[in-house]
Amino acid sequence: MDYIWQGVRDSLRIITGLDREFLSAVLVSLKVAFLSTALATLAGVPFGMWIAEKRSRGARVIMTILNTLMSLPTVVVGLMVYSFLSRRGPLGELGLLYTPAAMVIGQFILAFPIVAGLSASAVVGLDKRIRATAFSLGADTAQSFRMFLREARYGIMAAIMAGFGRVFAEVGVSMMLGGNIRGYTRNITTAIALETSKGEFAFGIALGLVLLTVALVVNILFSLFREWSR
Amino acid sequence: MQVKLRLLCGLLLAIPMTLWAGDVLRLATTTSTYETGLLDHILPEFERAHDCKVHVISVGSGKAMQIARNGDVDVILVHARKAEDAFVNEGYGVNRRDVMVNDFVILGPVNDPAGVGGLRDAKEALRRIHSKQRPFVSRGDDSGTHKKEKQLWTKTGLKRDGDWYLEAGQGMSATLRMADEKNGYVLVDRATYLTHREKLRLTLMVEGDADLFNPYGIIAVSPYTFAHVKYRRAMALIAWITSPECQARIRDYTLKGRPLYHPSAAGGGD
Repeated sequence: MDYIWQGVRDSLRIITGLDREFLSAVLVSLKVAFLSTALATLAGVPFGMWIAEKRSRGARVIMTILNTLMSLPTVVVGLMVYSFLSRRGPLGELGLLYTPAAMVIGQFILAFPIVAGLSASAVVGLDKRIRATAFSLGADTAQSFRMFLREARYGIMAAIMAGFGRVFAEVGVSMMLGGNIRGYTRNITTAIALETSKGEFAFGIALGLVLLTVALVVNILFSLFREWSR
Repeated sequence: MQVKLRLLCGLLLAIPMTLWAGDVLRLATTTSTYETGLLDHILPEFERAHDCKVHVISVGSGKAMQIARNGDVDVILVHARKAEDAFVNEGYGVNRRDVMVNDFVILGPVNDPAGVGGLRDAKEALRRIHSKQRPFVSRGDDSGTHKKEKQLWTKTGLKRDGDWYLEAGQGMSATLRMADEKNGYVLVDRATYLTHREKLRLTLMVEGDADLFNPYGIIAVSPYTFAHVKYRRAMALIAWITSPECQARIRDYTLKGRPLYHPSAAGGGD
């Protein structure tokens, strides 16, 4: 037990001392996760709403696929993107492997099915009369889109949050595509993996605490947004 | 709302800019050279002199060479002599240079259930561990250490199947910790052992066999095979690491007075 307490004490010193390596890992995590979630939101929310509106069989198949992809293992995404981005792969010319951009691509693929799938569920769950009302009032596509967006905003926000949670906490994609390069692609989770393997628990615990704190802050912002938009 | 949206978009556009890294050289290396802190000791001076960042990708030697075979790094620092020669002969690498040497040792639990403590003969030690069926933790990741271990087992002619033989599939430090938790035997390079010694319950069992010699080499990825690699930068790094100044730094990199590596590039060090 003793070494765990020692680890917690040391971790607090690392956090309050604003250790440079520590800050860098936190920043990389935040930057990459925010960017990939933002991209997944831009693509996933409209896609999810569109698919929710289609009541065809093809749409149901796509929904099933999206729901399946929500549990896509991170290392499988890592492997797929790796084989595309490697110099030997079709996109090798871009030289993206072992850069934060590669991590963003991998995390986007992780977040997209979650954001799209849960957004679709949020829209499907809306009262059917909303749609009828919109059309009877002569709303065009853009107007009804905005209306659905407003009506389903809590569900969609939850979808975005879930997507963010997934990519912020994942380690497989970041490790395989980022390469855990210090000060560049090392984020909170890959740093924890490395420090634990070295037996340096304090640094790992410090990062774990930050991971939780950031998740807490994001959730607080979310509930503030709910209050504010009510 | 519009203003907020625009602010948000601006912020999101600003993020990618901060991700730009500038001039970069990519080095794939073994987990041991990185985790012992050696690279942190010798690379910053190179980075300052050449105004370029060295991005270190720390994996096993086997994986480092695989990454280089795909053209995804510019230079490798590894320890697997036979595989290094194959790498060069197949046209993936050029200008291999010796960098430094140390040796492997075998660690085991203090009570030494296989009775290998004090042996000099590594093969005999493996034979005893095998006959007593005591836990042996292998890297299992095709790293330089794993290749060395496989060579030793091949020389003994023994089969490594059974519950006692555990393949970790992880880096040197992680494997060492696993062996420590499982009270097993483990083959480890001396530098990593010394770095972790105080956190380990395992103790030194076998050392001094000529078979346990561990040379490190640096190889530039061939610009003939991959036109995009930063060959000149890679050669500059090789020149730095084999220079008398850097070789002296490697020699002087000690832990509690014990050297971790011995420089071996001609013209430098001892």
